[in-house]
Amino acid sequence: MRVIKLTAIGIIMAASTLVLSACATTADPGNTGDTGTETVELTWWHNATSDPLKGVWEQVAKEFENDHPGVKITVTGYQNEDLQRTLIPQALLAGGDAAPDVFMVWPGGEVRSQVQAGYLKDLTTSAASSLSKLGSSINPWQVDGKQYGVPYTFGIEGFWYNKNLFEEAGIAQVPTTLPELNDAVAKLKAINVAPIAVGAKDLWPAGHWWYQFALASCSVETLESAIPQLDFSDPCWVEAGTLLKEFVDTKPFQDGWLATSAQTGADSSAGLVANGNAGMELMGHWNSGKIGELAPGGVVPEFVGWFPMVSVPGAAGLPGIAMGGGDGWGVYKDAPDVAVELVAYIVSDDVQKRFAETGSGIPTNPAGTSGLTDVNLKMVADGLADATYVQLWLDSALGPDFGSPLNQAVVDLMAGKGTPESVVKALEDTAAKQ
Amino acid sequence: MSTSTQAGPALVAGPASSKSKRKDSNLRKWAEIIIFVGPALVVFVTFVIVPVIQAAYYSLYRWNGVASLNNISCSSPERVRGTSCFNGLDNYIQAFTDPDFIQAIGNNFFILIASILIQGPLAILVALLLNRKMRGRGFIRAAIFVPYVLAEAIAALSWSLLLSPRGAINSWITAIGLPAPSDGALGDPSIALWVMFGILTWKYLGFAVLIMLAGLQSVPEELHEAAAIDGAGWWKTQWHITLPLLGPTIRIWVFLSMIGSLQLFDMVWVTTSGGPLNSTNTMAVYMLKNGQTAPGYGSAIAVILFAISLTVALVYQRFAMRRDLEGAITRGVR
Repeated sequence: MRVIKLTAIGIIMAASTLVLSACATTADPGNTGDTGTETVELTWWHNATSDPLKGVWEQVAKEFENDHPGVKITVTGYQNEDLQRTLIPQALLAGGDAAPDVFMVWPGGEVRSQVQAGYLKDLTTSAASSLSKLGSSINPWQVDGKQYGVPYTFGIEGFWYNKNLFEEAGIAQVPTTLPELNDAVAKLKAINVAPIAVGAKDLWPAGHWWYQFALASCSVETLESAIPQLDFSDPCWVEAGTLLKEFVDTKPFQDGWLATSAQTGADSSAGLVANGNAGMELMGHWNSGKIGELAPGGVVPEFVGWFPMVSVPGAAGLPGIAMGGGDGWGVYKDAPDVAVELVAYIVSDDVQKRFAETGSGIPTNPAGTSGLTDVNLKMVADGLADATYVQLWLDSALGPDFGSPLNQAVVDLMAGKGTPESVVKALEDTAAKQ
Repeated sequence: MSTSTQAGPALVAGPASSKSKRKDSNLRKWAEIIIFVGPALVVFVTFVIVPVIQAAYYSLYRWNGVASLNNISCSSPERVRGTSCFNGLDNYIQAFTDPDFIQAIGNNFFILIASILIQGPLAILVALLLNRKMRGRGFIRAAIFVPYVLAEAIAALSWSLLLSPRGAINSWITAIGLPAPSDGALGDPSIALWVMFGILTWKYLGFAVLIMLAGLQSVPEELHEAAAIDGAGWWKTQWHITLPLLGPTIRIWVFLSMIGSLQLFDMVWVTTSGGPLNSTNTMAVYMLKNGQTAPGYGSAIAVILFAISLTVALVYQRFAMRRDLEGAITRGVR
């Protein structure tokens, strides 16, 4: 009896990990509208779990219902990772009534796989009038020239820096080129400050450094052909690693950068900037919010400023190129047409302005930018407007499978365990498995 | 662990005097079995057995989790890039040829062996000490047990803050004039695994001591008295009487510790996420990192982890716990 029991315990314990990986979450069934009857029911899933944004979306749904009698919208905000990794994939797999009508669609590789699986409605003509207002930010949601998502927010990466520390170190102007950045690093070191904070424990913040150097070393033509074809034979991909390695050898990062997380607590890279313990951090547009959360008092300190990524003189990359990403809405293939109207309403001038006022992000509709009150977000919005070309985050652009192996290879390179070639090999190995 | 070996009252019913009576008792027997075992069985099958089978099935596919599975072979020229495909045992081959995964398995076994060799003896010593009547015993017992009660994520977060390069522990080390690790104790790949083991010992020693203390209660006092009369000292008594009688308890603890070491996840995930440079990576952490966007590959890792855990558990039961289980199979209740 006991042996059976113990074996059972062993099996249960061992199996619990399998349960973690394989257990399927039952998706919240939403009702797709039946256009045959009077009422049309729409399900809208987003990732805002707290006010003010959650309240704005609820209000938007109510307004839409009022303007469209017979339409009933069930709007739900889910935690971002649950939504992206579990709820939406499961609901789309289940299909039919289980699938939401309007939901967040992530650009690049993810929208590509969803289109390949036939889940998304082509919005190229049905949402054309909205799309025409949103400029080049719509490009990452295109697959084979057709539009499958409508972005409502888009931002770019840049340096979040401490104006006081820069002044103290004698850095008169924010760096615009790599040599100037190296100079700033040296000056910050001289006053005993960690020049640049990076959260390499989470891998991706370190990965972004390589992405930026890849943008500096590869021409736009190379980016545009290599990414969709997953062809990394151009020498610029190796050069990106060489540039990064040279930069890392100047020891620009804080002590223990390998074990620092990006956004958790005062000792994270964002926390170090928020608390005046690091000169700068290369990070996406969301960092304003993170710094605010981690700073004493819960507001972004006055000393925080923003400047765009530096250019690398002599490299093949387009000067003024920026990297960024955003969030957009997709419509399920079987959703009623009124769902497209809802998406159009969400990116309309007025709603985009109210979105900007929440400080949650930079609106894609230029008419909404006037709503931005956050000084730093305004600077990022200006940086986006000034960018000569906007490249979607490389990991997103390549596809979900690339992030983990690529970022790990970059961290290995930065820590001296890998080479510029081994990063390219990680890319090629992952590409071979597509 | 229950030692009950009596069960099955339905079977002891005397010889049936008539056919209908036997039928009745049979019916009752089955009704009892269904009522008592049914709910647990349903839960076990739905949430354990089915996912295990599903994972084994998914592990044979290259799959991004987005679209439903295709049965086309991955090497087939007709396959469209980016779509799912059947690739047989390739996921397993990939796992066993990935040095990061091999390192993760090694780390799991390092923790396993270090736990048994260091945590075990330490727990026995503390338990022996706490089993004696002495001043402050209640306080020491509580102090050792408190870490075990703390939520794992909270404990992990506290440790990562304490051990950060700018954390309290580095300040203390510097304050007493010793060289502190400039990258923090968890930021230096050469010592991170040992530091991780230290944190795990701090966390789980209380549990081991608790089990050992419980085991010590079953050692009859008379034996100690008899040994004392025979002139045996305290150490001799512990070595020749207490430890042998504590055997079954130690063996159970080793079993639980082994399973825990193989499935190690929470503490590592929150403190280091397997870093720096995979020095504290474990199989479960590797599974999450690499399986989230590739459920097929993640399932293969899960199956490997399951197989390793099961093998270790069965081998251990077969050889180490044999004497504790003697007769349990051969005289099992029908």
